[in-house]
Amino acid sequence: MSAGLKTSSTIFAALLTCLAAAAPLALSAYDLNLLARFMSFALLAMGIVLIWGYCGILSLGQGVFFGLGAYAIAMHMKLAALPQGSVPDFMMWSGRESLPWWWAPLESGLVAVIAVFVVPAVFAGLFAFLVFSRRVGGTYFALITQALALAFATLLVSRQGATGGFNGLTNFSTLFGMDINASGRDVQLYLVTLALLVLTYFGLTMLLNSRFGLLLRASRDGENRVRFLGFNPTPLKVAAFAIAGMLAGLSGALFTVHAGNISPAMVGVVPSIEMVIWVAVGGRYSLIGAIAGAIFLNFARDWISSAFPTLWLYFIGALFILTVTLLPSGLAGLVTQNLRKTPAAP
Amino acid sequence: MTQPLLRVAGITVAYGVFKALDDFSLTVEQGETRVVIGPNGAGKSTLCDAIIGRVRPVSGHIYFDDKDVIRMPEQDIVTLGICRKFQTPGVLQSLTVWDNLALAAQGDKRWWRTFSRAERAQEEERVRAILEQVRLADRSSAAAGLLSHGEKQWLEIGMVLATGAQLILLDEPTAGMGPRETEKTADLIHGLGNSRTVLVIDHDMTFVEQLASKVTVMHQGKFLAEGSVADVRSNADVASVYLGHSG
Repeated sequence: MSAGLKTSSTIFAALLTCLAAAAPLALSAYDLNLLARFMSFALLAMGIVLIWGYCGILSLGQGVFFGLGAYAIAMHMKLAALPQGSVPDFMMWSGRESLPWWWAPLESGLVAVIAVFVVPAVFAGLFAFLVFSRRVGGTYFALITQALALAFATLLVSRQGATGGFNGLTNFSTLFGMDINASGRDVQLYLVTLALLVLTYFGLTMLLNSRFGLLLRASRDGENRVRFLGFNPTPLKVAAFAIAGMLAGLSGALFTVHAGNISPAMVGVVPSIEMVIWVAVGGRYSLIGAIAGAIFLNFARDWISSAFPTLWLYFIGALFILTVTLLPSGLAGLVTQNLRKTPAAP
Repeated sequence: MTQPLLRVAGITVAYGVFKALDDFSLTVEQGETRVVIGPNGAGKSTLCDAIIGRVRPVSGHIYFDDKDVIRMPEQDIVTLGICRKFQTPGVLQSLTVWDNLALAAQGDKRWWRTFSRAERAQEEERVRAILEQVRLADRSSAAAGLLSHGEKQWLEIGMVLATGAQLILLDEPTAGMGPRETEKTADLIHGLGNSRTVLVIDHDMTFVEQLASKVTVMHQGKFLAEGSVADVRSNADVASVYLGHSG
């Protein structure tokens, strides 16, 4: 990326941030809530840029890490609303009288926040280590992650008594001692999400422009060459995958807070593939492209599926095929190409 | 007496029943430039693969500076001081020429060290020197994928040099080059003098003559002959192999 392009994308990012910070003044409560949800998705989408765009690792299982973060915060919100020692309603319906051992620690808000970051990151890191240290990659990796998403969603559905099963977890009222439905809370939560999005954007920009980012691109271009220059590509890829997993977990937690529920339908194979499509359309080499892809495609989804309920999957499928054949770098690729064509100022 | 830098001792590499290398031995002295030639399928590239740890021999040993590298992880072999240029140029396409060399020149290659800027100045100096050496100074900010074929070959030679490796393996460095580029490549290798030990694999005899070094001839995974270019040319076994009467 040329220096000029780098400055212009920083200015662009700053303008977008100001615009987004003013959004609560202009949008209805409903639209603001949608925007907040989709901005949560954008965090996950940036993780996909890191692993897919920069490392060439296609994961069709980001829903799993999204789900880990989402369920961690959802379990905490469930417990927080209960009197000490009682179990959530759905457990009682399944005849469970005590909390499963892995629920108990999440009663603490601090543990829940740590879990949102650490559980998906560690799980993604371990998974990536097992696969990459055996030098499995490419299509095989994509298929393994897809199987993981399927297994994870199936597990959640089948453990009705511990996970809420098909319905997932819903009916939250408090978060860290605050009434989640109080007036003005939606704007606060929106601003927190925006802040995290901006922080992540600049954090990842720094990471991708560092020597670490350079090495990631290098091992995407020629893993063997990098290995025979004396680097071990495995820890690099594991670290990148763990970071992407952590962002997906954070994304899931924020989404759950905004949406007020989380269910296996959000974490399985289909949503995991949709996540990749957001990034493919927005541009897999561009963080801003991925943010835009996540937000715009989800607004489009909201609009199309309420106007023509059956058409959404056809629409997104067609869009994906068009992007892959005509715009391999997504919409962001189109923009940067045009920027490069304009002659530099004298 | 100095001991040889590289000693390949009776290695066998087998793919099923086919032996790509069959009890093959080779000794290369410190500072020497050695050329390995042989018909297609003689096992020349497999020899490189075995030395850098890309394939593991079923028997035999490879000593580098008296250390047996046969079971070492690939990146540790590089750290010891062996680096190889691949047959089809393995430059990192989307990185600039400079970045390709800078990664190769990074001193400590453990992953967490990529965040440290401690040795950057030293590294930059090295990259500048190499750019001059491989004649790519004016191309340093070009993406490696946009270089001509010959330039890619030189860039990869530069990367191999930039690692600071004592022993460099050049697998067909002149493949796809015209006569002028080939000559420049020979000059480049001559220019290294005794500072590096070089093992060159090629079958372009003009290039081999330009290098004017000791030649080892391989055939069907085995040692066939060794000597100066003239010796090898006059060797009856070598002639029969190249004319296809290997019987």
